[in-house]
Amino acid sequence: MIEWIHPGVFLIIGALLIPLFKGRLKQVYLVALPTAALIGCILTSQGTHGVIHFLGYDLTFGRVDRLSLLFSYVFSIMGIIGIVYALHVKDDAQHISAMVYVGSALGVTFAGDLFVLFIFWEFMAFSAALLVFLRKSKEAVRAGFRYLLVHTFSGVCLLGGIIIHLSQTGSIAFNSMMNYEGGIAFYLILLSFMINAAVPPFGAWLPDAYPEATVTGAVFMTAYTTKSAVYVLIRGFAGTELLIWMGAIMAIYGVVYAVLENDCRRLLAYHIISQVGYMVCGVGIGTEMALNGSASHAFAHILYKGLLFMGAGAVLEMTGKRKLTELGGIYKTMPITMVLYMIGGFSISAVPLFSGFVSKSMVVSAAGESHMMIPFLMLTLASAGTFLSTGLKLPYYMFFGKDSGIRVKEPPLNMLIAMGMASFICIFIGVFPGSLYSLLPFPVHYTSYTPQHVMSALGILGFTALGFFMLLRQLDPEPTTSIDTDWFYRKGAKVFMWLANKPVARFEYNVVGEAYEFVVRKPILGIAHLLRVFDTNAVDGTVNGVGRMIVASSMIMRVIQSGQVQHYAIIMALGIFAIVALIILL
Amino acid sequence: MNIFERILEDPVRFKKVKKIFYISLILMALIEVAIVYVFHLGHGYFWFEGIPAFGSIYGFISCALIIIVSKFLGHHWLMKKEDYYD
Repeated sequence: MIEWIHPGVFLIIGALLIPLFKGRLKQVYLVALPTAALIGCILTSQGTHGVIHFLGYDLTFGRVDRLSLLFSYVFSIMGIIGIVYALHVKDDAQHISAMVYVGSALGVTFAGDLFVLFIFWEFMAFSAALLVFLRKSKEAVRAGFRYLLVHTFSGVCLLGGIIIHLSQTGSIAFNSMMNYEGGIAFYLILLSFMINAAVPPFGAWLPDAYPEATVTGAVFMTAYTTKSAVYVLIRGFAGTELLIWMGAIMAIYGVVYAVLENDCRRLLAYHIISQVGYMVCGVGIGTEMALNGSASHAFAHILYKGLLFMGAGAVLEMTGKRKLTELGGIYKTMPITMVLYMIGGFSISAVPLFSGFVSKSMVVSAAGESHMMIPFLMLTLASAGTFLSTGLKLPYYMFFGKDSGIRVKEPPLNMLIAMGMASFICIFIGVFPGSLYSLLPFPVHYTSYTPQHVMSALGILGFTALGFFMLLRQLDPEPTTSIDTDWFYRKGAKVFMWLANKPVARFEYNVVGEAYEFVVRKPILGIAHLLRVFDTNAVDGTVNGVGRMIVASSMIMRVIQSGQVQHYAIIMALGIFAIVALIILL
Repeated sequence: MNIFERILEDPVRFKKVKKIFYISLILMALIEVAIVYVFHLGHGYFWFEGIPAFGSIYGFISCALIIIVSKFLGHHWLMKKEDYYD
């Protein structure tokens, strides 16, 4: 009797069988995989499961508590929505990498020790990189390699941290790292988590890679990498003061870039950074209320951000255009997509009755409760910026604004259904916040719907809208790209290649090559000549001499070795006689 | 023609929508003041939340600040031609 099946196993093993199915049956199978994972998560009881003894260590695949369950639920729900959105895609490779990606995110969620965490961490990096590669354009392949590079670096940091931690403490258990604050292991592991959470200046990989991924792949990518990083930050680094400030800066950083952005999905990608900023800040504050806020915001965020990416993806799929300067006026033929997108837009902007309101306000209030004035003001400012870019700017220039003359149909039905599912949950959480609060890791003593709270939120949003329409001309998207910290490795790589091709190659040819001729090659030839002379005269002479001696002695031996038993017996008898004589005489 | 088109493409209806928007903004600001000063519901965490209609004012300032500062940074530093990395 198997005690527990890891829900991620359904996805990772199940994904390999996808090519065996065809047509309608394949679609049923695809939806069945994450559904089975969700059921598996729901049926899992709290406690420790799946402990495997390996090379003297206990590897824990199933650490199940309220926190890991919360993330596992939303990861599997998003898996179902994402795969419904992707049902029309004919490329099996995309489905397989998406399912492996979701499965490994579940692996990270349930990992009870650092080794298991590391294994799934790497799995996630590679399967997500595939979702970028599979778009197959030149830009996508390049972006995929950059993605892989950054996340391999993150993995190496994690592994280095784990090994140092292990050698110092002798334990691979993954619990709060706060007792080891200040050590190298602490900072290496924190760095790795911060890279995956896209904390600036390590976050440029996100807006670099996500807009280049496939339409359906990007929907998966928005959910798992950053939010599993938030999960491990909650586990390991709750109360790290650095994170309060990094999170608050992050929230504004994403907003600033979103204002400048022209590519729809890149704009949304910057708003992932901004929203994850709230969660990172909550982790830094570290009180029960703040951690509840981070966890619930991650839950709500996965769904509304997925919805926003699905909306922008649907527009990209139907029009083939991704830039705001080339879009406009398509609400006339895509009204359903527009409405569903706006539900996501209202949710991320924390409009009352939508999911973002009940989760984001918890983090902001936690900052207030802990008397952190500056972070409180920064997060509030960022929420005005969120509404400005995702709730106003993007829909205005994408769906309304100057008519681009593009007339396209609504996207395929499965895409609309997936967006409908996400919209439903966004509104459900907004209207019944208790449904989400009851799943949170700590007991909730917080009401989001107080009159003051609601009115202050509406005031912020309403007057942001006023500011938007007043400064509309200032905000017109421009066909540009914005430099971010990826500049260092994108331009840096060019400088490196130039150095390698021009000065280094020339130096190598003219200076090192010549020097090699005189300093290395000629002396070596001279020495080799001397050695050859020595070899022929001395070494060969010795070897030949030894050979001749052996031949001569074997001639003598041949006489003795007659092959007849009597002769050997006589020699033995003579020998024994000689020994006895020696003993007696001496 | 869908419902959004009927509203947005008709100048008369569009004007009406604009009017509703402005009236609701004023109403919201008034209610925000009233909740704190007339009904004494709820309390903030910081002194500045006692400023009448703090949310509305801060929302407007934030929005303007974000647009102006971001665009300034963009035009003078961050924004490059689209083929910058090619």
